[in-house]
Amino acid sequence: MNHDIAHNNEISHDDDHHGPETGFKRWLFTTNHKDIGTLYLTLSCIMFFVAGTMALIIRVELFEPGRVILNPEFFNQMTTMHGLIMVFGVIMPAMAGLANWLIPMMIGSPDMALPRLNNWSFWLLPFAFSLLGSTLFMSGPAPDFGWTFYAPLSTTYGPKSTDFFIFSIHLMGASSIMAALNIVVTIFNMRAPGMTWTKLPIFVWTWLITAFLLLAVMPVLAGCVTMMLMDRHFHTSFFNAAGGGDPILFQHVFWFFGHPEVYILILPGFGVISEVIPTFSRKPLFGYMSMVYASCMIAILGFVVWMHHMFTTGAPYEAQLFFMYATMLVAVPTGIKVFNWVATIFKGSITFETPMLFALGFLVMFTLGGFSGLMLALVPSDYQYRDSYFVVAHFHYVLVSGSLFTIITAVYYWLPKWTGQMYSERLGQIHFWLSVIGMNVTFLPMHFLGLAGMPRRIPDYALQFTDFNQICTIGAFIFGFAQLILLYIVLKSCFSKSKPTATSQVWEGAKGLEWTLPSPVPYHTFETAPVIQ
Amino acid sequence: MSSSLPKNHKRLTLILVCGVLFMFGFCYMLVPLYELVCKKEGLNGRSVKSATALDPKMRVDKSRVIKVFFTSTLHGPLKFRFVPLQRYVEVHPGETKLIYFFAENQTGHEITVQAIPSITPNDAARFLKKTECFCFTQQYFFKKEKADMPVYFFVDPAVSKDIKEITLSYTLFDASGFEKKQEHSTKGRIDL
Repeated sequence: MNHDIAHNNEISHDDDHHGPETGFKRWLFTTNHKDIGTLYLTLSCIMFFVAGTMALIIRVELFEPGRVILNPEFFNQMTTMHGLIMVFGVIMPAMAGLANWLIPMMIGSPDMALPRLNNWSFWLLPFAFSLLGSTLFMSGPAPDFGWTFYAPLSTTYGPKSTDFFIFSIHLMGASSIMAALNIVVTIFNMRAPGMTWTKLPIFVWTWLITAFLLLAVMPVLAGCVTMMLMDRHFHTSFFNAAGGGDPILFQHVFWFFGHPEVYILILPGFGVISEVIPTFSRKPLFGYMSMVYASCMIAILGFVVWMHHMFTTGAPYEAQLFFMYATMLVAVPTGIKVFNWVATIFKGSITFETPMLFALGFLVMFTLGGFSGLMLALVPSDYQYRDSYFVVAHFHYVLVSGSLFTIITAVYYWLPKWTGQMYSERLGQIHFWLSVIGMNVTFLPMHFLGLAGMPRRIPDYALQFTDFNQICTIGAFIFGFAQLILLYIVLKSCFSKSKPTATSQVWEGAKGLEWTLPSPVPYHTFETAPVIQ
Repeated sequence: MSSSLPKNHKRLTLILVCGVLFMFGFCYMLVPLYELVCKKEGLNGRSVKSATALDPKMRVDKSRVIKVFFTSTLHGPLKFRFVPLQRYVEVHPGETKLIYFFAENQTGHEITVQAIPSITPNDAARFLKKTECFCFTQQYFFKKEKADMPVYFFVDPAVSKDIKEITLSYTLFDASGFEKKQEHSTKGRIDL
């Protein structure tokens, strides 16, 4: 890459008359990809602490059998809201925030392709989540049917507030679709000269694939909640057997969206890890093309495995077999990725800065989560694990130590670039170790609880599960409070008035266009496209 | 705003928007698709929702006896008495049987109900066939009306030899909220 030309962008903006507006208007009207990225990440951060508090409320209730602090109705609302907000309000906006910040800088473009659409896709989200959150303050119950909102729980028996939930899903869906559209157009049309498909950073590749997944399945989710709305108010019966519909159909439609959705949550994370591990191993990524192909393969397979969520609904044997094998096939491209990461580390000159620690933590624990996923994919054992805490353990290993850890990795890795301030390495390390310990203390015992037969989504449990549940609750508090360290680190970097402490290279082994820009990054970058050789 | 966009942005955006609209439509297409697959595979009682014509070439397989059990459920708070007159019947594959379900409207007002069948085990579902059933149509009941409602069925001799028992279950739904498919259907019913 040609550093000289990239550095020409450092020309000062003294006489710049189109800088950001001041105050609140800057954020409301902004079309700058960096501002919008910051907005996404801020929303995600707020939602993370909201939904995290809900998780702690759930864990307090489960500290002892019997009623501790909540009645069962409110417990159900808490599990539902925790799941919905963590998936749609934390992981997805955080990934979109990273995409906004990084994709233009990585491909050498001045901004996203459709900047006003970008503003709109962000500003839909605060409204969507106010709508969803407002249900907690209504006289009836908030949505209480689990994040999967199966019919008829959400149709015939859904509380009145379900309609608020439906419209908030519509808004989130519209927001995600527009963000994905923008990302695809940006990556296709805005690459700097010489940035060919085979030179594209892996993070950009994974986000491109994720964006296509979003475009394909978010409309299905929108259709699904629209059918619910029609069933609830317009006397249709898509999911109501009385009128000739079928509640099982709901599960098919939902999981047709839902399974690709879990790859939407993890694929950009794979991209982050593929950027971070080479930097701190001081070696180029092992098997670049196989990484790209593996990501595509995962995305395609994501469309033909949805029925593994429904093995016990009376699916025919042939379908169970097909979906079992297809699901196990997902382990192949995922295995390729894990192999490539390990091969990148192999014989590298490794240092253990905080981003690398989180990346390694991800590597080990995500793989564990993948293995419990394989166990769940097996039809005969799935009948045993179904709807137990084993499933809870599995998806928290892939979502917390998977998606969330990759987001934290990305924040530590690029924060010096964004703010110009190096974070305190010591605090970062403390945060990492508390997170890893807290995470494993919380979720590892859940495997055993599940195998012993403790069902999910239950506010009360049999006495013999008490010890493990108490361990889980203690772990949850360690993990939860450890995240305040992250909050402190991020806020300190963002609001620091001192001179930038980060160089433009930041990390010795970092490669890519974004590291040719000064730290902190100027408001406008790559107004003249860099030339990549 | 859009006029200031480069041409290739517009084109790609348009293609993607079309893709999104297609996927939204595809979601609704899943409904008839599901219906079709279920009917073909005999899943979720879909194959027994409409009448099968008797095949005159069908032979009764006297060498086998299959026990067909009947159960019934009321959906939600529906005030009805709804029970099969027999717990089970024994049939040879290929032999047509007639059985009745007793229903009494205890709701205190007139009502339209719909029975939805379900068959277990799954492997047998496709082979239990009905030539006539009260579940094919919505059923209208006057206040306090009682009736025996008929099911003519047979088990297709093609059914696997492993199947010794089949359970036919009906769930009775209040269908008043839904579109009336026909007026006052009481076909084949014995009013009591």
